[in-house]
This record gives sequence, C-alpha cells and structure tokens, in this order.
Amino acid sequence: MKIQLIEIAHARSGDKGDTGNVGVIARRPEYYSLLVKYLTVEKVKEHFRGICNGNVELYELPNLGALNFLLHKSLGGGGTISLKNDAQGKTLSSVMLRMELEIEEKHLNSEH
Amino acid sequence: MKHSIRIASGQGFWGDLQTAPLDQVRKGPIDYMMMDFLAEVTMSILQKQKMKDSKLGYAKDLIPLFEEILPDVVNKNITVITNGGGVNPLACRDAIFSVAKKLGIKGLKIGVVLGDDILNEIDSFAARGIAFDNMESDAKLASIRSNLISANVYFGAFPIVEALQQGAQIVITGRTTDTGLTLAPMIYEFGWQKSDWDKLAAGTVAGHILECGGQASGGNFSAEWKSVPDLAHIGFPIAEAHPDGRVVITKHENTGGLVSEATVKEQLLYEIGNPKNYITPDCIADFTSIRLKELGSNRVEVSGVKGRAATETYKVSMAYFDGYTSFSTLTYAWPDALEKAKKADEILRTRLKDLNLSFDEIRTEYLGFDSCFGPLAKSSGEMNEVVMRIGVRSHDKNSVERFGKEIAPLILTGPPSVTGFAGGRPKPSEVIAYWPSLIPKTAVTPKVVVEEI
Repeated sequence: MKIQLIEIAHARSGDKGDTGNVGVIARRPEYYSLLVKYLTVEKVKEHFRGICNGNVELYELPNLGALNFLLHKSLGGGGTISLKNDAQGKTLSSVMLRMELEIEEKHLNSEH
Repeated sequence: MKHSIRIASGQGFWGDLQTAPLDQVRKGPIDYMMMDFLAEVTMSILQKQKMKDSKLGYAKDLIPLFEEILPDVVNKNITVITNGGGVNPLACRDAIFSVAKKLGIKGLKIGVVLGDDILNEIDSFAARGIAFDNMESDAKLASIRSNLISANVYFGAFPIVEALQQGAQIVITGRTTDTGLTLAPMIYEFGWQKSDWDKLAAGTVAGHILECGGQASGGNFSAEWKSVPDLAHIGFPIAEAHPDGRVVITKHENTGGLVSEATVKEQLLYEIGNPKNYITPDCIADFTSIRLKELGSNRVEVSGVKGRAATETYKVSMAYFDGYTSFSTLTYAWPDALEKAKKADEILRTRLKDLNLSFDEIRTEYLGFDSCFGPLAKSSGEMNEVVMRIGVRSHDKNSVERFGKEIAPLILTGPPSVTGFAGGRPKPSEVIAYWPSLIPKTAVTPKVVVEEI
C-alpha cells in the first residue's frame, strides 16, 4: 500500500553551511522499524533530486525512534551566500514528509 | 550541594521573543537564565559596529532588557549567563553597570569572559604553523585572508564556571558555545570535574535543548502543531538539573506551549550531524544514548547520556567579506500567474545579459509555487497569484546596483496584472561569509574578569 511519510513520522530540519539536516521521527515506537526499512539513503537521494546536489548521509537514533539525514550541497551555497528563499533549509522537513512510500500492509497496524 | 537547579532559556537567538526573559524571571522560580545571542555570522556584524564605535559590538537589546529584569534578578538571586557580549563584552558589562547605578543597585558582580577574539593574532598564529584551513571545504585561509572581518574561538563552559566561582551574578561572554551557557551552572553547582564526560555530555544535551528557546516547548513543532496550546504566550523551556546528570525539561505553569517527548525529540534532532559525535569544547556527547521519559504534563526526563573525552582543538568562527547580493519580488495575478512570472524572469534576464553585467549567480523562485519544493513542486490547477522572487550575487557592486534598476520597469514593460513593488530600488547588501576552522587548545587561553559595583 502507498502511504505518505507524514502519516508515520514528523520532522525538523535546519542547516550547517551548505548542508541541510532533516531529523525524521517515528510517530509511534513501532513505526521506527518502518523508517529504517523504507527510508533508505537511496530513496531519500532520489526524492531530493534537483534539491540535493551532493551526498546523502544517514544516522540512526533508535533510542529516539529517529533518523538523521544530512543532505549535502542543498542550500545554494548556504548561509549568507545563498540566494534561496529557504537558505537555512527550514522547510526541507516538509519536502521529506511529503514523500510517498510503497510499504507492505502487514507492517502497519490496524490503528493506523 | 543543591539537589537540583532550574536553568531557564531566555533567548534562542538575537531578535527572539522580547517578553520571554521577562516571563522566565517573573512567572515562576528559576536559579539561572541563559540567553544565546550569537549565530554563525553575528560576530562579524558586531565587529563592524565596533569598528565604527569602540563602545559598541555587543547585543544592544541586552541593555533595555536588563533595565527591566535587573531588580527581579537581584531580588530573587537569579544568575544570568549570556554570550551577548559579542566582540565587546567589557563595553556590554559597563553598560549593564550603568543600568545598575541608575536603578540604585549595589554589590552586583559581573563576570566577563575574554580572549576569544583572535582577529589581530591570525598572522602570528599562521607564522607558528596554525593553518586555519576551512574545516568544511579544506580551502586555504590565504584565499580569503585579505577579506577577513572577524575571528573568534568558541570557548566552552569552564571560563563561565570560573566567573561563577568568583561570585559573578551576571556572566557576559563573547563567542562561547550555546551549550556551554547551560552546562556551566551545572558544573559549578554540582562540582563536576573536567573528566566527568558523561555528566558534561548530559549538561551539553540539556544545553542543546535550551539553546533555541521556544523550539523545545511547542514552537516550530511539526508533529501536532494545531494541538499546541496558546503559542501567543509560549513558555520557554527550563532544565531542572540534578547532580547525577539527570535533567527534566519543563516550563513555567500558566504559560502556553507544550513540552512533550515529541517536542524535545524535534529539538534534539535540530541541526545535528553524526549523533554519536556531538563535539563541543567541553566533551563529545553521544545523542544515541539519550533516554526520554514523559513524567507528566509538560515534564520530560532526559537521562542515560554518555560522553567521551573532549578533542584537543577549539573551533574558530571566522567571517569574511564575499561580494554583494540583492533581492526583489513582484506579484503576478490570475490568469496565467505563473506563466507571466516566468515570462517576466525571462525578459529581465535578457536585459541583464544585454547590459553585459557580471553575476556569480542569478536565482529565481516563485513563492506560492516552488521556493520550498524546487523541482518537486506539484502544479495544482489555476493559481490565484504568484510572487516572483529574484536574487543576484556578484563581486562587482555596479552589476548588483544595476540589477536594482531593472525591476520597476518590468511593471509597465512586461506581462500584465503585476503589483507588489514597494520600498524603492533594491540596494546591494554585503555578503559576510562564514569560515569555520580549528586551533589547538594550547594556543589560546580564556581570561576571566569579575568586578563588583
């Protein structure tokens, strides 16, 4: 079944120079394994094509039920150099949460 | 030793909610208030102010703020710690002393942390083999040396601890880390040692949660933003710290906002890199060790934090002049709003090209359509209106100035139903760029001065 990431996760994003960071947090503890399984570096890199012009790095924080993505070369040079309206990557979280994922139904419980 | 102390967040950045520090000292009990004023390029802005007037160079907002809160601070014995001293902490201190005099307050001790400003010593450091390569791009300092505006070492919590030990009730620093402002009172009150890595990491994590003000207590909260109560009167976060490193994040009663596991998690994930290596001058904190537990309404316990030994280097924050930018916007209305805006962009670019101007970059975004989503933006039928936002960047000031003269003519010589041009021709702004690098800790020594009025 197709779901949108926002149904199972929330997120906050920000900047470090020209790198955007997007923290993606499972809405329920049991959704964390879904994030790990479906929200891969490859999937995120593909989703952000045209926005992220560098590597994508992924770090896992199982204690918080969260993943941290670093999207390099995503902010038009970053900081004061950037000509982007969102030079600080504050809305990269929205871009992330809009992603559609094709997941196996058995992974979602009936309460979803 | 106290069983716990309450450390309040008063400002998350320079220009943050003006009533927040007032609420923190008035709406409930606190022992300490930390206020973070410094973003990455703030020091260069302050450096420029100081060059024009040797009495400036700090966060001027602090002075009217202290006029309001100083009586509360003194009467309730609250200690205030801030990095708003910028590039001139001594002038900041003197201005606060003047406020104290005016209010008839005596016996106030203010501590100042100095020694972070190394702008005048860069070349002598370089001669001793400290390269100051850009730690993100590996570029050499020589490429920007002549355009350097400011250079400041990020100090940690321990110079503040020294000021507290000398009895300071207000501590003013320059480029101290955001997290150090929160960690320092814990070290001081609980007698933590320089090698208590887990505890230092716990205090650092608390500092990360407090350093962006309301972002930990319901502001900018993506999970359930509609359910956050009374954001108009948001209570900024407070860390209740314990000697064993356990911290409870909360806020004053009868304030708006929300402290929950989810709001704290979002702030923990904000602007971090590798979560196992959160590096500060004081320690390396491991964010994958953090345990969160909701203890009740607006109370979240943070525990289990592990830390490792600090590195041998301080981070240095430099800023340099890097050309000019200018921005302008025009609003296009239905019908064909987006098509019109795109046509206007095409016409403008043709004219700029005909003028043989020199730009490093020209960027056009369409607000209401793609400025956040870029190529992922979805067309969803007719648009009521769209804002064309165009920015240029160049090292040639004349080109940027000329760009500003090409916007208004589009209104009468371009596509129809256009408005929103106000405020005159856009002017060039200087670009102050950021240059992060490292310096061995042995090369610089923080200096602490405490004086009483």
